Amino acid sequence: MNAPFTPSLSGGFAHPAHDAARAFRAAMQALARPGRIEPITGAAPPAPLSPAAGTLALVLLDQTTPVWLAPSHDTGDLRAWLTFHTAAPFTTPQAAMFVIGSWVAISPVSRFSIGTPDYPDRAATLIVEMPDLRAEGPRLTGPGIRDSARLSLPETAAFQANHALYPLGFDTFLTAGDRIAGLPRSTHVEEN
Amino acid sequence: MTSQTSLRETESYNFAYLDEQTKRMLRRAILKALAVPGYQVPFASREMPMPYGWGTGGVQVSAACLTPEDRLKVIDQGADDTTNAVSIRKFFQRTAGVEVTEATTGATLIQTRHRIPETPLTEDQILVYQVPIPEPLRFLEPRETETRRMHALEEYGLMHVKLYEDIARHGEITNSYAWPVMAEGRYVMTPSPIPKFDNPKLSDNPAVQLFGAGREARIHALPPYTKVVSLDFEDHPFVASKADHACDICGSHESYLDEVITDDQGGRMFVCSDTDFCGTRSAALAAERG
Repeated sequence: MNAPFTPSLSGGFAHPAHDAARAFRAAMQALARPGRIEPITGAAPPAPLSPAAGTLALVLLDQTTPVWLAPSHDTGDLRAWLTFHTAAPFTTPQAAMFVIGSWVAISPVSRFSIGTPDYPDRAATLIVEMPDLRAEGPRLTGPGIRDSARLSLPETAAFQANHALYPLGFDTFLTAGDRIAGLPRSTHVEEN
Repeated sequence: MTSQTSLRETESYNFAYLDEQTKRMLRRAILKALAVPGYQVPFASREMPMPYGWGTGGVQVSAACLTPEDRLKVIDQGADDTTNAVSIRKFFQRTAGVEVTEATTGATLIQTRHRIPETPLTEDQILVYQVPIPEPLRFLEPRETETRRMHALEEYGLMHVKLYEDIARHGEITNSYAWPVMAEGRYVMTPSPIPKFDNPKLSDNPAVQLFGAGREARIHALPPYTKVVSLDFEDHPFVASKADHACDICGSHESYLDEVITDDQGGRMFVCSDTDFCGTRSAALAAERG
């Protein structure tokens, strides 16, 4: 960190206001329309974080949003990059507003904040890194979906359990490369 | 100072006026609002360079959502040319440099005060409502701690009693606007207040619908295709009504009408509240006649 140029200083938005606005539009459309896969670009985070997850982090994280990096993503380079670009404090799984990692690494997901009956918005947002995203697999229905949609989820049981808590529950973004999909707690998930 | 005064206005503000820290806070609130349709998410509402009641909530939500590529339309009670609509449109022209339009079909983001456009919206559009009182239970129960608990427990008996008392006293539910709705079978929410004529358009709408209340510091939302039901009783069903008249300018029987007093002799006329709908229809009819 003493060198004048370190990788953590690069890879941010070239034009913060415009890039963040475009990326937020993609993330919002993804979460508002579960099953839709949107391109999202702007950031170049250090490996293993995908450009999509890195971009979403720059759009949403700041010093008021504690984040937990799962073991799959808890590297010194990534910590330094997130700290420089967002100033988000690192915390435990239970206290995290945002969770970043692979599905296996963040499991069990039942430990994340689901909000309270009075404040269901105080729930965690998971940013789950995926090998790829396809419009196939479990069947999704609910708000944001006209009839039904399909999305290659890492598993169904955990999302069904989460939906059963509605209006409580965590909300999930799935990221792969420069693409993003959303799965809010309101979505009903069925195995095929 | 010449170099400063020669700066274009869009360069002297951050894009869309608000700072990035504020926009991140708004964007997190919008995402949680979309995840729980109808639930009012508290947010750290900022002072805007316009008074409360002029759409400060809608303006903050629009500022958090606008991209440089958007084409913005702003309506006030359906009209593009009233003071509130003109000033908000100009505000974003100056601070975000976005294109603006009065055509519903040409807009990607529409900020509205108290109307849903007559022309059906599409998946490529976002509708941002300006909301004065986001809490549908507020006039029945003034304490925020109580209304919050009522939403948590899904205890909406008080609202049904209010609707029942309307019927007992007046023979019908008396709301002509702000008719309460149930979002996705869970949260009772206010439709901002739009006329009850517009309530059916809230449901199954292809567009993203976002509601911003600046003074009350709340954001709520309806994702596309959300099921929204106007509260009613089996024997007193909800009816979306409007003035029983045709528009005196374009002749439409389908659109929501404003009653305009034309003199002090009792003269009056009915015209479309949606100026873009009326103008487009009038022009098409004129072209047909040659």
